[in-house]
Amino acid sequence: MNTNFIEVQADKDFEKRAQDAVCVNESHLSHPWWYNLKYLAVGIIFGIVFVKAEIISWFRIQEMFRLQSLHMYGVIGSAVVVGIISVYLIKRFQAKTIYGEKIEIHDKKFNWGNVYGGLIFGLGWAVTGACPGPLYAQIGAGAGVIVVTLLSAIAGTWVYGYFREKLPH
Amino acid sequence: MNLIEIISKPWPWYVAGPLIGLTVPALLLLGNKTFGISSSLRHACAACVPANIPFFKYDWKKEIWNMFFVAGVLVGGFLAVSLIPSAEPIAVNPALQAELATYGIENYGSLVPTEVFSWSNLFTLQGFLMMVVGGFLVGFGTRYAGGCTSGHAIMGLSNLQWPSLVATISFMVGGFIMANLILPFILAL
Repeated sequence: MNTNFIEVQADKDFEKRAQDAVCVNESHLSHPWWYNLKYLAVGIIFGIVFVKAEIISWFRIQEMFRLQSLHMYGVIGSAVVVGIISVYLIKRFQAKTIYGEKIEIHDKKFNWGNVYGGLIFGLGWAVTGACPGPLYAQIGAGAGVIVVTLLSAIAGTWVYGYFREKLPH
Repeated sequence: MNLIEIISKPWPWYVAGPLIGLTVPALLLLGNKTFGISSSLRHACAACVPANIPFFKYDWKKEIWNMFFVAGVLVGGFLAVSLIPSAEPIAVNPALQAELATYGIENYGSLVPTEVFSWSNLFTLQGFLMMVVGGFLVGFGTRYAGGCTSGHAIMGLSNLQWPSLVATISFMVGGFIMANLILPFILAL
């Protein structure tokens, strides 16, 4: 009875977090902070790829949205193909993390925010030439003024959180 | 040609794309983390100005891995330009070059056109629209959509999620509208 109640609570909690689209994948293990350095390492590799493949170039994004180059379509397309194969293999062989935890990938639920928010983000993407990841890489690569764009993006996220209940989803 | 010379040149899409795709299994295998970057903006809000808004009242410290990841992206950007910089300016489609030249954009030595993205341009209407309003749309839109290019287009599609496909198509539609119909007016300012 008691466990049942806890499970229902956990379920509701999950629903709420799933709708928020983040924070659904928290690890049940607790590790010292420096275990996070491995994510720093993955991020560094990722940032180098971003710069060297010119994915964070404003010009490449303009080419993409004007259908003047296949570069970005090739990058995203091949990334998705590799991602699909990887996720398939992880599920097929029920792969575990390096700490032996079961890997869980939660399904995304549709809401109209995917469309409205997606369109709004698209507008911003074509203006700034950057999605959130490239903003960080551009700053690292020396475009200091992009700090303003990043702070503005954080402000945009905050304003969304503030008006969230009133927006159509 | 030695290795440093080879990796200093711009990397082709068929090298970069698969490497980005491998981020998905890397994060899953390292600690059950689903790839996503725009979440970091939300964690920044939750950590700095939660202001009692329910959307920001959660234990952001449990998601601290995400902040380490984006810090890595920043460091990676720095390392790439300082250790293995490209010798040549970016090669851009001539049609785009001709179009941008009409707006006075002719410097291809940087990742962003320095004529537009600069401190001195920040306080003009054009600079304000492109850096401040543009950034705002990115932050507001990604969170409203529940993810960005990484969370939806890469991670979501890798897991065959149709809402992510809807979101990705919406990103592209918004981008096409802006780049072709609205941006020319902003660049002409």
